[in-house]
Amino acid sequence: MELYVPTPKLSRALTHGSDLSPVKDLFSFLPAPFDAVAAAVVVAGVLITFVAVSALIFIWLERKVSARMQDRLGPTRVGPYGLLQTLADGIKLLTKEDVAPDVADKWLFRMAPYIAFCASFVAFVALPFGNGIVGYPLGVGAFFLLAVLSSEIFGVILAGYASGSKWSLFGGIREAAQVVSYEVPRSLCVLVPVVVAGTLNLTTVGQQQVGFFWNWNVFHDPFTFVAFVIFFIVATASCKRAPFDLAEAESELVAGFHTEYSGLRWSVFFMAEYASMFAVSGAASLLFLGGWHTGLLPFELSEKLGWAGHVLNAGVFIAKGFALVIVMMWIRWSLPRLRIDQVMMTCLKYFLPISCGLLLGVCVWELYVPNAVENGWKLLSAFATLAAAVLLVVKLFTGPLTTPNGELPGVWAGRPTPLTKPAPAPEAA
Amino acid sequence: MSTDAVLFAVIAGAICVSALMVVVTRDIVRSAVWLLFTLIGVSTLYFLLGAEFVGATQLIVYVGGTMVLVVFGVMLTAQRQFLKIKTAGPEWVMGGILALALFAVLVNVSLSLGQKHPAPAVATLPSAGPLGMAFLSKYVLPFEIVSVHLLVVLIGAAYLARAKRRPKDGQP
Repeated sequence: MELYVPTPKLSRALTHGSDLSPVKDLFSFLPAPFDAVAAAVVVAGVLITFVAVSALIFIWLERKVSARMQDRLGPTRVGPYGLLQTLADGIKLLTKEDVAPDVADKWLFRMAPYIAFCASFVAFVALPFGNGIVGYPLGVGAFFLLAVLSSEIFGVILAGYASGSKWSLFGGIREAAQVVSYEVPRSLCVLVPVVVAGTLNLTTVGQQQVGFFWNWNVFHDPFTFVAFVIFFIVATASCKRAPFDLAEAESELVAGFHTEYSGLRWSVFFMAEYASMFAVSGAASLLFLGGWHTGLLPFELSEKLGWAGHVLNAGVFIAKGFALVIVMMWIRWSLPRLRIDQVMMTCLKYFLPISCGLLLGVCVWELYVPNAVENGWKLLSAFATLAAAVLLVVKLFTGPLTTPNGELPGVWAGRPTPLTKPAPAPEAA
Repeated sequence: MSTDAVLFAVIAGAICVSALMVVVTRDIVRSAVWLLFTLIGVSTLYFLLGAEFVGATQLIVYVGGTMVLVVFGVMLTAQRQFLKIKTAGPEWVMGGILALALFAVLVNVSLSLGQKHPAPAVATLPSAGPLGMAFLSKYVLPFEIVSVHLLVVLIGAAYLARAKRRPKDGQP
């Protein structure tokens, strides 16, 4: 019995399959099972190196971004622009004593950071960096990504429980409650571009967005546009980044779930955090922002240029991921932390109904909206966004960049500051 | 021996060891963690057999959902920290008999299947697309029954967990 009628989109998704053969061919001198093993080891090594190196860069970026937001310089001493500061810190962390509290469950306490890191790292296996440049071409890549990224909380919960400290336990419980609720709108927001693409295969979703930037899923219809914004906020929350970093609220819980950690184990938690930040940013750029396509060329780079095109594709993809991570840092250093009830309310009262509505809306749009309207919307939204971005940049650079000493900018203009000359005070007795 | 057989042996061995540790460990949270490893092992087995969708579902449903429940349940219900399970003598005897019986049945069944190890996956098994179409065409009635059932459970949970309202006039 024929159970379904494959639509063009669906059949393309089902028949599409790429494999590791280019890497496997490099090891063709090895006998049969070992070439695959060698290829797997090389791919895993490349991925783990990418995760570690990008974490180094992210930590440096985080410090620089936070410093600029607070009118400071950030690291400047170690290396040019302080670029080697993270490396120096890494060496410092290596030499620190690996302490475990007396009351801790030592085995779980030692293991927790690695569980958190493994969960974030496994996400990279299914993340395509270019046209077919993917660790393992999963047919259900988007689903797999959601599944493994939500397992990262185990590391956090276990760290919170096993530390044997009140602060850690509070952090762990908060994290669990937060991630379990935010998982739902995140999955629903992923479904919106999946409905448009007709497949869960991330490589196919990327391939469908070839061409100019109005072909990106984010401009496909009004619902994907809103879904991108919601997905990004929810992804920020599920990476426990401020303003949703309740699990490590320094002002309330000392350091939350990693209060008792020191040295290298502590830094593994941060590697996991930055890895999952890049993973969700990569997923966002694949699902909404055209993946590895520049949006400025009407053809697939890797088909025209061969391996150089693949390298360019990977570069574009990594640049998009980094840009989104920088936006996350920007948000972190701009907004104050929410309270736990506000975090839960935002998710359950706003994001959940909105994302359900988006899913229904995108289904209706896909079924009933004629092509002409869809194309019109694509061009309109793409160029409106472009115009808004250009206007913003022009506004930034044409206005006065600084105000004279002793005056405040914008809405604060005219208010007194510590530098303003005080009005002549009446003579004191 | 093919690569698939070797991989299967490695993963199955890891699953067996962690499943044994679930029952051997006295500490309840540690045994929950071993259960986590067992469930992850089962999902890798699905990936090895080419059933990607089932593997990812195993991850999101069991590893994600059930383990959160287990850890929450243990952490919020244990009276003191690091609760230990104490097993009495008769429990060992009863459990041992049941385990042996189950083991015998499973060995008997798997020997009668006649294939020493699963055949390597030729192509990936039906993924989300065909499964979804099957749910909405051939198996639409069971699918709807399960959906309504889950909805009832959801409403019931929300009803039980809602804040208790006090009558306005102060009467209990």
